[in-house]
Amino acid sequence: MQRMLRQPLTRALALSSPSRAAPLAARRYAEVVPQPDKVEVFIDDKPVYVPPGTTVLQAAAQVGVEIPRFCYHERLAVAGNCRMCLVEVEKSPKPVAACAMPVMKGMRVKTNSDLTRKAREGVMEFLLVNHPLDCPICDQGGECDLQDQSMAFGSDKSRFTDIHFSGKRAVEDKDVGPLIKTIMTRCIHCTRCIRFASEVAGVDDLGTTGRGTDMQVGTYVEKMFLSELSGNIIDLCPVGALTSKPYSFVARPWETRRIDSVDVLDPLGSNIVVTTRTNEVLRILPRTNEEINEEWLSDKSRFACDGLKRQRLVTPLMTDSRGNLTPVEWEDAIVAAARALRDCPPDKLLAVAGDMADAESLVALKDLVNRLGSELVCTEQYFPLEGSGIDLRSTYLLNTGIANVEEADFVLLIGTNVRFEAPLLNTRIRKAFMHKETDVALIGPQVDLTYDYMHVGDSASIVKDLASGTSSHEVVRKLEQAKRPVVILGADQLKTSEGAALLAYTQELALRLQDKLQDKEWKVLNVLQRTASQVAALDIGYKPGVGAHLSNAKVVYLLGADSGVVTRDSLPKDAVVIYQGHHGDVGASIADVVLPGAAYTEKRATYVNAEGRAQQTLPAVTAPGKAREDWKIISVQKPMSGKLDVQLKSLEDYFMTDAISRASPTMAKCVQAVLKQKQATY
Amino acid sequence: MIAARNFIFNLVKFDRLKSTKCIRRYSQGKCPEEETPPCVPFNPCAPAYPVNFCKPRTKYDVTFVYINDVPPKSGGKDIVDRASQIVFWTELVRGFAVTLGHMFKEPATINYPFEKGPISPRYRGEHALRRYPTGEERCIACKLCEAVCPAQAITIDAEERDDGSRRAIRYDIDLTKCIFCGYCQEACPVDAIVEGPNFEYSTETHEELIYNKEKLLGNGDRWEPEIASSIRDTHLYR
Repeated sequence: MQRMLRQPLTRALALSSPSRAAPLAARRYAEVVPQPDKVEVFIDDKPVYVPPGTTVLQAAAQVGVEIPRFCYHERLAVAGNCRMCLVEVEKSPKPVAACAMPVMKGMRVKTNSDLTRKAREGVMEFLLVNHPLDCPICDQGGECDLQDQSMAFGSDKSRFTDIHFSGKRAVEDKDVGPLIKTIMTRCIHCTRCIRFASEVAGVDDLGTTGRGTDMQVGTYVEKMFLSELSGNIIDLCPVGALTSKPYSFVARPWETRRIDSVDVLDPLGSNIVVTTRTNEVLRILPRTNEEINEEWLSDKSRFACDGLKRQRLVTPLMTDSRGNLTPVEWEDAIVAAARALRDCPPDKLLAVAGDMADAESLVALKDLVNRLGSELVCTEQYFPLEGSGIDLRSTYLLNTGIANVEEADFVLLIGTNVRFEAPLLNTRIRKAFMHKETDVALIGPQVDLTYDYMHVGDSASIVKDLASGTSSHEVVRKLEQAKRPVVILGADQLKTSEGAALLAYTQELALRLQDKLQDKEWKVLNVLQRTASQVAALDIGYKPGVGAHLSNAKVVYLLGADSGVVTRDSLPKDAVVIYQGHHGDVGASIADVVLPGAAYTEKRATYVNAEGRAQQTLPAVTAPGKAREDWKIISVQKPMSGKLDVQLKSLEDYFMTDAISRASPTMAKCVQAVLKQKQATY
Repeated sequence: MIAARNFIFNLVKFDRLKSTKCIRRYSQGKCPEEETPPCVPFNPCAPAYPVNFCKPRTKYDVTFVYINDVPPKSGGKDIVDRASQIVFWTELVRGFAVTLGHMFKEPATINYPFEKGPISPRYRGEHALRRYPTGEERCIACKLCEAVCPAQAITIDAEERDDGSRRAIRYDIDLTKCIFCGYCQEACPVDAIVEGPNFEYSTETHEELIYNKEKLLGNGDRWEPEIASSIRDTHLYR
């Protein structure tokens, strides 16, 4: 019953567009279904072979013919309501909608015939009848599908004269929250936002009311559109009906610069484009990466970029005689920090890396601390060190891979709310649930994951029972029957005293499932880290968790450690705290020396995401004020020990330095001569 | 070495002169190829012909034919005509007649700061930002003028005003960058930015020519009657 209601019947029976799943390159575990014979169709007289069920639009895309569209989107269900994709098909009495028309054998499609062009022009004219001509004040101006396509396919003149009588349709704007600005008069009813909300985000908040001219897209009642993925409907909207509220009226697309980068606000490392102008981050957009974020982006990653301009550390700070942090020059701060590091006994020197530390600065910090004789480099997040600890990389990674989760047929979530810890991983699970009959079970608090799941309980002992096989729960049977089970363990659970046991039982369960699998390549065990820096830090050799070292530390070096693990109360009274980071948060407030670093949009830095994929950010803007790149700040503090020395001090050192000159009798005589001369009295 | 080169050069020159078909009509002397080359003892350093041997005496002594410019006629009547013009100073007399005539005409110059010449309704002078008759500023910060400006003289920052409308919080024009092409007023969808009829805005410092929004709106208020009439005059062509 539950399975039948996953998607509306119409949608379940509708065309399943093949490209809605990730492309084959990203789907290593895609089942090899025997392909039916391909059919030949002709797009503008160019033959193309496609599997039956492909739509005309997709077949055209294969030969590089792009058919204009508004409502069709590769990752959403086919709606077929904008009619922009009308094309002429030979022997068909009327033009057909290419996005919804499956190909037939020998079909001859004309995408640029007179009939097609006339149809497009007509559709465009109807769309523009009710679309306001407010492009100059519209935020979509310059990146608007309607603008572009009316230039390419629309008529060059208007027959619209009704403006003096009934006028254009006007619709009241909706208030759907602080992120999305709606100007519903501009809406062309493509229903992409509605389909995204119900299919991908799993929030059935948006819908249409009324018919014909009275049709409105909205939330039925006055309510917020609250989803962790809501920002994506801004990108999906082909017109300016849904625009970004924080970005409203800020900039035009032609005056900005776009720099490819990587997000660090969640552990997935979504690919992003940072849009900047005059050394200021204006907005963040997703960048397509089929293996991580497809083309979506979670709201925190997209909209938190205005935090990069506030609460920033712009100058080095040091505590003055009264204990207040006061601005100082770089030289003073670096000298003070380096002196504190040098004078500290090696076993009392502790370095703690925070959530957004990049791999380069992690390595630099570890080098610095190791050179001073200490091994105490740790991360804030704890991970159990019992058993093999972090020696094997697979114990702390999301081994299955983000894209491969789609291929799973059973997902067991242990102590994690994937929806908010990694929203785009949740969309993958949801996609598998919707399109592949995947079942999901959750051990932990009962939360809304946007899809139905089996709630096994919230006790840690359930994992033990599952691992030992003593449980009689339905989940056991399902897990054992699954061909591609996935177990995802939330890293937050490992912080507690039971963490080690929980990890051990989860590993045992995963191993037991792995042994039964036919496909030995398939990975079962996954640990979902919470932060962007944790995997890189563990890879580099940081110890997870600060543990008991805090209480006898003399110097603590915090590299962006802001999650409150290190507090003044946990440190001895005379401990010196050096904080290096970009925001004045928890870490800076307890520091004696503050060194301003760069945020992820301001440096070229490597981050390793939860599945162990190393990706690099590019500097989009320069760091504010006197802030510098993190690895540079650390590397200037490296102590210069010992004196400088040269090898070749006198003439006899010079003659014999290598195998040839040592073998040379002449050189030997020279050395003899020099030594003899030294003994001479003159 | 130099001698050998000169020799070869002379040979080539001689060859060329000989081979081209002669169309010259020298006023005196003959073309070199019509006579035998002077039979001097062979001296590679000496030029083949005396200096100025072939120099033309008038502008018609050339190796090509003038098509438009015919040489002065040399008939008896023509010669007498020319001679009498020289003798009776007719050109001089005609020149003085023009001077005399202008003495009785209205002067073409104007007393500039007190008198001004007429200007076209399309004159592209000092910039101004206009307002609607209600007093509401027209500019909606669409940034089309900023985009079209070839000198990149315009800088705009947009903002959402309290009533939700889109307005410029900053509208700067660097008049020292501006090339007065008028693209900004053509791009403007609401006729906000215009180049008015004012051309007297010279300043003593560079900074004074960097106009901000207040200055431009002030210009608009001051020149609105003239600007409105110019727009009315040209509306058929826009």
